[in-house]
Amino acid sequence: MSCKSEGVAAAVRAAAAVVAEHRAELIGLDRAIGDGDHGENLNRGFTAVVAALDAGPPDTPGGVLKLVATTLISKVGGAAGPLYGTAFLRASAKLGTAADLDVPALLDALRAGLEGVQARGKAVGGDATMVDALIPAVAAAEKAAEDGGDVAAVLTAAADAADRGAESTVDLVPRKGRASYLGERAVGHMDPGARSSALLLRAFAEAAS
Amino acid sequence: MSVGIVLVSHSAKLAEGLAELAAQMAPDVTIVPAGGLSDGSIGTDYDEVVAATQRADSGAGVVLLYDLGSAQMTAELAVESLADPSAAIVADGPLVEGAIAAAVAAQAGRDHKAVAEAAAAAGLPEDLEPAGTTAGGAEIELELRNEVGLHARPAAVLVRSLSEFDAEVTVRLGDQEADGHSVLGLMSLGARQGDRIRVQARGPQASAALEKAKELVDGNFGE
Repeated sequence: MSCKSEGVAAAVRAAAAVVAEHRAELIGLDRAIGDGDHGENLNRGFTAVVAALDAGPPDTPGGVLKLVATTLISKVGGAAGPLYGTAFLRASAKLGTAADLDVPALLDALRAGLEGVQARGKAVGGDATMVDALIPAVAAAEKAAEDGGDVAAVLTAAADAADRGAESTVDLVPRKGRASYLGERAVGHMDPGARSSALLLRAFAEAAS
Repeated sequence: MSVGIVLVSHSAKLAEGLAELAAQMAPDVTIVPAGGLSDGSIGTDYDEVVAATQRADSGAGVVLLYDLGSAQMTAELAVESLADPSAAIVADGPLVEGAIAAAVAAQAGRDHKAVAEAAAAAGLPEDLEPAGTTAGGAEIELELRNEVGLHARPAAVLVRSLSEFDAEVTVRLGDQEADGHSVLGLMSLGARQGDRIRVQARGPQASAALEKAKELVDGNFGE
C-alpha cells in the first residue's frame, strides 16, 4: 500500500484539525514550563497550512510536505516553527518528486525529519523535548517496517511509541528550550513539543488507516 | 562598505532599542532590528529575518545576533535559505554586549567572520591581565579629563581609531591591563574622569597609534 499526494494532504488536514482540537491542552502544558504559546503558535501555523492547501494543493507527497514546512516556518513564530519546519523540509527533500509515498520512502522521511529537528534544536534523547517522542517513534517505525507493516501500520507503531516517549518527558529535567530555565522545577510536566509530535503522528496514522 | 548587523529578538521593542543603542557606537553600520511578529505580538518572524538580512547586506556580509533559543533557530534557518549562506553568520554571543562589540568591529571595517567573533567574545569573561605581562614597546601616560572616562562611547571611539594602525595596543589602569582593540575590555577597566591611564603600543605604527590615543584623550574624545 502506498499513498499519493491527495492522501498526504488529507493526513495534513487531519493533523491541523487535531492541533486545533488540542490547542488549549498544548497551551496549558506550555504555560506550566514555558511561555505558553505552543498551542496558539502551532494552531496558527496549521490553519495557514490548510489555507495554503486550499489555495493550491501540490501534486506530489514531497510537495505537500514542503508546503507544510515553508508555511510553518513563516507562520509559527515560536520554536515549533523552525523545528517542525526543518523536519518537514528535510522529509520533503527525501521524498523528492516521487508520486507515491511507500514504506521505504516513509522511513526515509521520518528519519530525515528527526535528523532535521536534532540539527536545528541541538537536542538529544533525554533533554525533555520533542526528540524524546521522535527517537522512539522512528525506531518503532523501522521495526514495524521490518515486520512487513504497511504505511498505516508503520505510522501507528510510530504514534504509539511517540505517546510513550512524550509520557517519559514528565520525569525528565529539561535541558533545551524555555523549560530548561526552570530545571528541576519542570519535572512532573510533559513537554509540550513532545506531546504535539505524538499528536501529529497519531493524526497521520489515523488518516492512513 | 561595512558588515551589516541583524538583531533577531522575540520583542520588536527589544530589537529596536538595541539597534538604537548599537548605532550610537557605529554610525556608519547598517543595523537592522528584526523583532516580534508582524501582528505586534511576541515571537520571531522568519520572513522578517530573511528580509532584514538581505537589507543589511551591502556586499560585505551580515552578522545576526539573537535573544533566546527559537530566535537562534529562526536566524539559522534564514541564513541557510540565502542564495549564498556563507555571506551571513549567526553569532553565538550575548545579545546586548554582542551587538555593541559587533557594531564596533563592523564600524572598524572588520570582515564578517571577525565581527561574529567579536560578538561571541563579548560573552566571555574579560581577561584583565596584571600589568607588566606585556614587555617592550612604547608607552605614554594620559589623564582622562572627559566627563565619563573610558565609558562605552569613548572606548568605542578609541578602539575604532586604533584599528587603523598596525600596532598592538594595551591600556593599563593601576595594576589592570586591557586590550586596546576591545571595547568591553576597555570599559571593564572602569577608568573614570581624573584617572591616569598608561597606553602601550608595539608594532610598525606604534608611535602613530600612541599619538592618536593622546589626541583623542586630550580632545576629550570629541565630547
